[in-house]
Amino acid sequence: MPEVAANVPDLDAPDVVTKGGASAVYVAPAWKLTWWRFRKHKLALVSLWVVVLITAIAAMPEFFATQDPNTTSARHAFIPPQTIQFVHEGRPAMPFAYGVVGQRDPRTLRMEWAIDTEVRYPVRLFARGFEYRLLGLIPTDRHLIGFAGASGTDIPNLLGTDRLGRDQWSRLTYGTRISLSIGLVAVALSTVLGILLGGISGYFGGLVDNVIQRLIELLQALPPIPVWLALSAALPRTWPVTWVYFAITVILALLGWTRLAREVRGRFLSLREEDFVLAARLVGASRARVIFSHMVPSFTSHIIAATTLAIPLMILNETFLSFLGLGMRPPAISWGVMLQESQNLQSVVNAPWLMIPGLFVIVTVLALNILGDGLRDAADPYSS
Amino acid sequence: MHWFILKRLLVVPFMLFIFSIISFVLIQAPPGDFLTSYIAELTQGGSSVDQAQIDALRQTYGLDRPMVEQYFTWIGRMLQGDLGVSLEWNRANSELIGERLLLTLLLTTFSLLFTWAVAIPIGIISATRKYSLVDYVFTVLNYIGLATPNFLLALVLMWIAFDRFGLSVTGLFSPEFAQAPWSWARVADLMSHIWLPMIVLGVAGTAQIARVVRANLLDELGKPYSEMARAKGLPEWKLVLKYPTRVAIAPVVSTLGWYFPQLLSGGVVVSVVMSLPTIGPLLLRALVGQDMYLAGVIILLFSVLTVIGTLVSDILLAVLDPRIRMDGA
Amino acid sequence: MQQTPTAPDAGATAPDPARRFERVGEPILSIRGLKTHFTMDEGVVRAVDGVSFDLHAGEVVGVVGESGCGKSITMKSVLRLVQKPGRIVAGEIIYRRPASGKHKALEVDLAKLPEAGRRIRQIRGGDIALIPQEPMASFSPLHSIGSQIVEAILLHQDVSKREAKEIAIEKLREVGMPSPEQRFDAYSWQLSGGLRQRAIIAMALSCNPAILVADEPTTAIDVTTQAQVLELLKQLQREHGSSIVFITHDLGVIAQLADHVVVMYLGRVMEQGPVHDIFHRPRHPYTRALLQSVPSLHAEPRIQLPTVAGSIPHPLQRPTGCPFHPRCPDAMPGRCDVAMPALYAAPGGSPVACFLHHDHEEADDG
Repeated sequence: MPEVAANVPDLDAPDVVTKGGASAVYVAPAWKLTWWRFRKHKLALVSLWVVVLITAIAAMPEFFATQDPNTTSARHAFIPPQTIQFVHEGRPAMPFAYGVVGQRDPRTLRMEWAIDTEVRYPVRLFARGFEYRLLGLIPTDRHLIGFAGASGTDIPNLLGTDRLGRDQWSRLTYGTRISLSIGLVAVALSTVLGILLGGISGYFGGLVDNVIQRLIELLQALPPIPVWLALSAALPRTWPVTWVYFAITVILALLGWTRLAREVRGRFLSLREEDFVLAARLVGASRARVIFSHMVPSFTSHIIAATTLAIPLMILNETFLSFLGLGMRPPAISWGVMLQESQNLQSVVNAPWLMIPGLFVIVTVLALNILGDGLRDAADPYSS
Repeated sequence: MHWFILKRLLVVPFMLFIFSIISFVLIQAPPGDFLTSYIAELTQGGSSVDQAQIDALRQTYGLDRPMVEQYFTWIGRMLQGDLGVSLEWNRANSELIGERLLLTLLLTTFSLLFTWAVAIPIGIISATRKYSLVDYVFTVLNYIGLATPNFLLALVLMWIAFDRFGLSVTGLFSPEFAQAPWSWARVADLMSHIWLPMIVLGVAGTAQIARVVRANLLDELGKPYSEMARAKGLPEWKLVLKYPTRVAIAPVVSTLGWYFPQLLSGGVVVSVVMSLPTIGPLLLRALVGQDMYLAGVIILLFSVLTVIGTLVSDILLAVLDPRIRMDGA
Repeated sequence: MQQTPTAPDAGATAPDPARRFERVGEPILSIRGLKTHFTMDEGVVRAVDGVSFDLHAGEVVGVVGESGCGKSITMKSVLRLVQKPGRIVAGEIIYRRPASGKHKALEVDLAKLPEAGRRIRQIRGGDIALIPQEPMASFSPLHSIGSQIVEAILLHQDVSKREAKEIAIEKLREVGMPSPEQRFDAYSWQLSGGLRQRAIIAMALSCNPAILVADEPTTAIDVTTQAQVLELLKQLQREHGSSIVFITHDLGVIAQLADHVVVMYLGRVMEQGPVHDIFHRPRHPYTRALLQSVPSLHAEPRIQLPTVAGSIPHPLQRPTGCPFHPRCPDAMPGRCDVAMPALYAAPGGSPVACFLHHDHEEADDG
């Protein structure tokens, strides 16, 4: 068994405990140790806050939005971003946004928008706006930010408007809800499937294991996007938004569980061979006790990390599908649906801000990936 | 060695059989058979329906027969080289796919080589200079590469090229070569266009594989055989390249098994954005237009390519790693 | 091997009384005040903290100590194989190569050579060869053992590839590898543990090094094979008169092979001397404790085997004064926990670092 021998630690190597005082290390529970190690990873800590913020937006997009995301106004199409300003005529000022004026180009007949420095809308925190129910429960009309003196189509568009004159920032907040939750739900489904099948595979071994492993290999060998596309193309066009939503998550989970199942199985197999599991068995612990009080605690952290790393993949996949027009469909709003507006060079050249949702995708995926890596490293007691 | 390859070859028909079933199921997935929706579409569009043509199609595909029989009719025709007819284009599927398949393969292979050529050196540099500035820079780039959807990268690059340099970098050919027959000039034109899609398509995989190489190499650098080689008096760079790198790279070859399907997948999206004449846009149109037989053929083709990719990676792995080679014997 | 009646303890396997090594002339390797420290986030681990000993030509020096005492790091420092965050911070490693054949005589301080430079690379493998701890993992699994031996030969000798192959096969034969011509093309994972270790020894010997460093070469293999490998090393030593530094935690092995013993504890030398002195007249309490903890055929049956009391302190929490004092039965409060005894040799005796035997304190240099 060369593998075993190769893993024998160098007995002469000086071992070292983690920071935090040697005496404290020995009594700290596992989750605390994980947290200590995680805290050392600065980038992961920052990512955690980014993820918290994005989750907050997903939970209450109405609060963060400044306008109704579905209000269209063809006359106000393609307004460039009216970002919040802190300087007016070279002097610092309280935060405000400029108004815009539109002029139709007589030749191309397109509206050309310009910043109007005469009109200023001061930023107000917790301002009144359209009415909604916070978290679906509390009726209110307060929003994180609002603009004094602006109403209707005058309200500054922080990230500009799209082809139909809809406010991009408000659409983004709503899109965050769908994109993030699709990722979460699809990963939750994959996790259940993955843990179930991976656990069965790893625990029983033998024929069952073989069948499941071959199935996984087969599914992994399929080019995912074409298969997803084909499956979502099969969804009836007449389905309501919520049905499509759940169908898409199921479709994503259908190919997504294999990775997690592999992970779980691998963990199960290696844990089964661990000395502490053997020791527990030798002192006469019941099968249930061995599994639930010895094996499960030592791999939940890995499952959490693996799950965190699976979410960004799902988000990217939803974006791909919706971008190609076969995922979520309007009137539903998701990052992919929004990016569909920028599908060709022409629209990107005319209105580059239509690519901003992509920035959200990148930041979210980046933060989740770094967070997942941080968690994984922290969960591994043997990493340095 | 021969036994090993033979064993692998024996699995191929089985995998193809399973994939063909999956493709067929996908064809059948939309509600109602495709002829019904085809007729409905034609009637809606106000065109007259050629009853004789429809009957002929019904006959050809055996649509009135049970599902299993339909499958065997379909696969039987495929095996004879008859890929069927696209209803939307009213042309033979093989004719539609032909050159697009070649260009798809070319783009995928180029991206693959690009990925390896970039990812392996990055992985080696990062691992040998662990926690150095270079390592950090590569790590950050890796994260960004992983997080950027390739279509977005394509859009941004196209936008920059147009905005800054007034260049339109879409397509794989200049207009004068798009429909031209193959010639050296056309190949040269292709090469001058293909590099951008190649990079766009390969970026995410490069990030992934560089990570794999770095992690593997870090493991291997700590192994006693690396120290032994150093104790022999081998220069550091020679040692790293000859021993641990070779061990660390072997599994990279096996990533071909999942990377190839991923490239084919990604190619679909990139091709749509960059208007590349590959199979991707054709598949998308077929799916949107519910031209399911064309879509089914394409998905089956992708599966065949994947199986070939896996086979090649298995053989390469056996060449690189004697343990696998001998184990199979 | 017979029990010497004069042994003060009931413990260890004693060395063969017939074997005596007379030290004459200058040592081939002199380590003086060597300190190798590992700088980590958590603090500095002083893995080797002032080690001095000599190796003479034709001599076998056994370095013995518990896990973590720094014996492997000491020898890795000699070969300059210590990896970051480890670093040699002080001391000298003088290597004196006598003139032989086409080689000129050489005297060099290995501790001062650039770590990845040409000169140290020529010495590694060529002058000082390593027999590593884990024969399983010390050959690359993707290259045949023959090619790895040939590589070593081509690095240090001016021969053609074909000649190198012949030398390699010859060396394999010399270490008792059955059918060396066929084994030349074998991969390490195709060989048994004992054969792998033989192949490693053949590789170490391939360039006729002046010094062999054997880093616990028998730890990872089973007991019968261990005996064979030790026998092989003894035989090679007899035939070639090699100078060997033998690192081990096994006193039985030391008794069989070593002429001179260095006892290490927490990165320091506690005591050193000829093997007979160490086994029959151990002076340092740590050496005595070690010897007592070795099971013996001649000891009274069914008594509890004595162990060294307590456990090795954490590397970041070194005791003040003598590092052994918390575990020492003879520790003198107010003395041993305050100052570090120097490694001092009384006239006519061998060096020992203990206040029971002298009053010399280590000059405190941090």
